[in-house]
Amino acid sequence: MMHLAVAIDHPGTTDPRPYVHAARLAERGRLDFVTLGDAFGPRTPRESRIDALAVLARVAPATERIGLVPTVTTTHTEPFHVSSAVSTLDWVSRGRAGWAVDVSPGETAARLFGRRPAAPDDVLWREADAVADVVARLWDSWEDDAEIRDRATGRFIDRDKLHYVDFQGPGFRVRGPSIVPRPPQGRPVVVVDATAGPARGTAARRADVALVRIGSADDPQQLAAVRAELHDSARAHGRNPRHLRVLASVPVALHTAADAVALADLAGRWYEDGAVDGLHIRPEQPGRDLSLLVDGTVPVLQHRGLLRRFHPGGTLREHLGLPRPANRYAPARETA
Amino acid sequence: MTRTARRQMHLAAHFPGVNSTTVWQDPRSGSQIDFSSFEHLARTAERGLFDFFFLAEGLRLREHKGRIHDLDVVGRPESITVLSALAAVTERLGLAATVNATFNEPYELARRLSSLDHLSGGRAAWNVVTSSDAFTGENFRRGGYLDRADRYTRAAEFVATARELWDSWTPCGRARPFAHDGRHFSVAGEFDVRRSPQGHPVVIQAGDSDEGREFAASAADVVFTRHGTLESGRAFYADVKRRLAAYGRGPDELKIMPGVTFVLGDTAAEAQERAAEIRRQQVSPQNAILALEQVWGRDLSGYDPDGPLPDVDPDPGGELAQGRVRIGDPLAIAAQWRALAEAKGLSIRETVIETSGRQSFVGTPQEVAARMAEFVTREAADGFILVPHLTPGGLDDFVDRVVPLLQERGAFRTEYSGTTLRGHLGLPVPVWNSGRP
Ligand SMILES: Cc1cc2nc3c(=O)[nH]c(=O)nc-3n(C[C@H](O)[C@H](O)[C@H](O)COP(=O)(O)O)c2cc1C
Repeated sequence: MMHLAVAIDHPGTTDPRPYVHAARLAERGRLDFVTLGDAFGPRTPRESRIDALAVLARVAPATERIGLVPTVTTTHTEPFHVSSAVSTLDWVSRGRAGWAVDVSPGETAARLFGRRPAAPDDVLWREADAVADVVARLWDSWEDDAEIRDRATGRFIDRDKLHYVDFQGPGFRVRGPSIVPRPPQGRPVVVVDATAGPARGTAARRADVALVRIGSADDPQQLAAVRAELHDSARAHGRNPRHLRVLASVPVALHTAADAVALADLAGRWYEDGAVDGLHIRPEQPGRDLSLLVDGTVPVLQHRGLLRRFHPGGTLREHLGLPRPANRYAPARETA
Repeated sequence: MTRTARRQMHLAAHFPGVNSTTVWQDPRSGSQIDFSSFEHLARTAERGLFDFFFLAEGLRLREHKGRIHDLDVVGRPESITVLSALAAVTERLGLAATVNATFNEPYELARRLSSLDHLSGGRAAWNVVTSSDAFTGENFRRGGYLDRADRYTRAAEFVATARELWDSWTPCGRARPFAHDGRHFSVAGEFDVRRSPQGHPVVIQAGDSDEGREFAASAADVVFTRHGTLESGRAFYADVKRRLAAYGRGPDELKIMPGVTFVLGDTAAEAQERAAEIRRQQVSPQNAILALEQVWGRDLSGYDPDGPLPDVDPDPGGELAQGRVRIGDPLAIAAQWRALAEAKGLSIRETVIETSGRQSFVGTPQEVAARMAEFVTREAADGFILVPHLTPGGLDDFVDRVVPLLQERGAFRTEYSGTTLRGHLGLPVPVWNSGRP
């Protein structure tokens, strides 16, 4: 089955209601997940935004199935806090969290923090890669059955099932373990926009879902090439390439029912050609485009048997057909 | 009636999580991590018309004898994220997150708090804590250690910087650049979240030293204190309120809320019996030895918790515990414990139970309501942060049985009069500071 995701960014909006509305619509369309972008500093001068992870935490109790994927940046943040916050989003959504990894380039963002000068993208992505690594280790730093509540010995946890991560990254160290127990999905879904060169290695090594930005008029052969490259690179890193979903991230503007059908045609063609595992739709105006997507594009794809008619599972990993990862710190008994 | 007699108290609910008062062995004890537990407690607090719901924070799992402490509840979610989710299932309740001022940066935290304030329609609060030891620092970029004076100058500059960021948007929605150049932070640019419903989220301070009290008087809206008895509460209350004038603030601009525990019973005797049973649950045999080792600074795992206190003396240099607030002089405490054990013929466990904090309010709902009201009229508190011992049902009885009695006495609100936490607390809307001389 094809995977479908949608961006629900509402630039300038700090009211939670449009986000809740959009996520519910996407849920009604049986999409895999919604994304919400984030960065430090206004997108355009004097435009307000709001913390993306917090918005999706606010959306979580108002939805039941839809995956929730906020951008959280790694350049000026603390890896330990990033790990706790995404893990907590997974807890409050009962296994529907993802994390879109991104960096904060530029002098303007650096001055908001005043801690370090701006650095080139490849340096920032090397750090982001290490942050994604340690964050996943922190998620694993509790084994799933660490909480024992053993009244006989008075022990709440079996501390042999908690692990220090002792991670050394470029310019930071993290001791661990996490303060948050291992989240429902084991590890929330990691999403990386693999369009630009410096991010592509991280997508191959660390991502569950890679996004590749492309225009709807562009040649899907480009996509197939990037997908093959990501798969090869994932394999070279010892990963099963079938555990990496590659989605084309497409800007759309749907004005009419015909536009919605055209989008279904495009999605169906790219998917059936084997260029992508699905689409990440970036609506020009979510208020307008999303209803046409859900009521126009989705039914066509369902009718053609390319898209699910209901969410068979409860977690985002289940929607994506990705296994719950074994814990790297657990002895073989857990993975056996 | 006098003005003080009519003064209504403020109430908050502390989530019973990672805390030595939390009883997890009880069959009624539920998850400390599932969202449903947070939802139940928050909804109960809102049903009881509480001012706010409160989450503590700890950024490194505590250790004892070089190993992770395993006898109390371990593990909790990240506060601001849980509170953002709770904003969806509550309407009026304030949402207070404890967040460390040492291991965060103003721009990021100011926008997270402002975001919570937007998402909740003006219900966000920040409990500024300063704990910072090299042990906790091992999880963070800055690492290291700050002594108490530095911790508080950083915290004060942090709060001031956050307020500059919040004020960089005018109340009518215009954004202007900010620039702050200080000892701890040198930051400039544009803040990217428009002014939130409260203007400034409510600032809570928890810390007891002279520096901590001074910081509270200068910058906080609420103090969370451990002074939960009438006598020490009155002394603390007078001391902190006295400090306000130096900052041009009136006594009502800072609310003093001790963290307190409670046990209810149909009769006074039944409540006392329950209270004793809860203390026995809180101090398991293993926890008794651990408490002993913390005072003695030595490995005492060979001792029988039901036997007498050890003959050996404490090792004043012994540092067994990490990530906990240090206790006082170990030799003096050991002497006290021995005297008590001797006089009453107590075992190790009984001694620890006897010396560990008594519950603050024990009695029938009538007695508890009367006693709490007395604390407020006698200026030992402006309200309370209640710490139940059970998750998630620990607040149910209080809300069902004590709140109506407080309301009957006129000591507590009978409905929310406003929508923001500032409104519930009777705090003024912050004056917008243009940042210009
Ligand atoms: C009632 C109370 C609650 C506290 N809660 C926390 C907490 O949740 N997390 C934390 O890191 N520190 C907490 N602290 C610790 C304070 O931030 C501070 O580090 C500590 O009290 C030492 O500072 P002091 O010497 O000024 O008292 C708390 C302190 C008090 C008095």
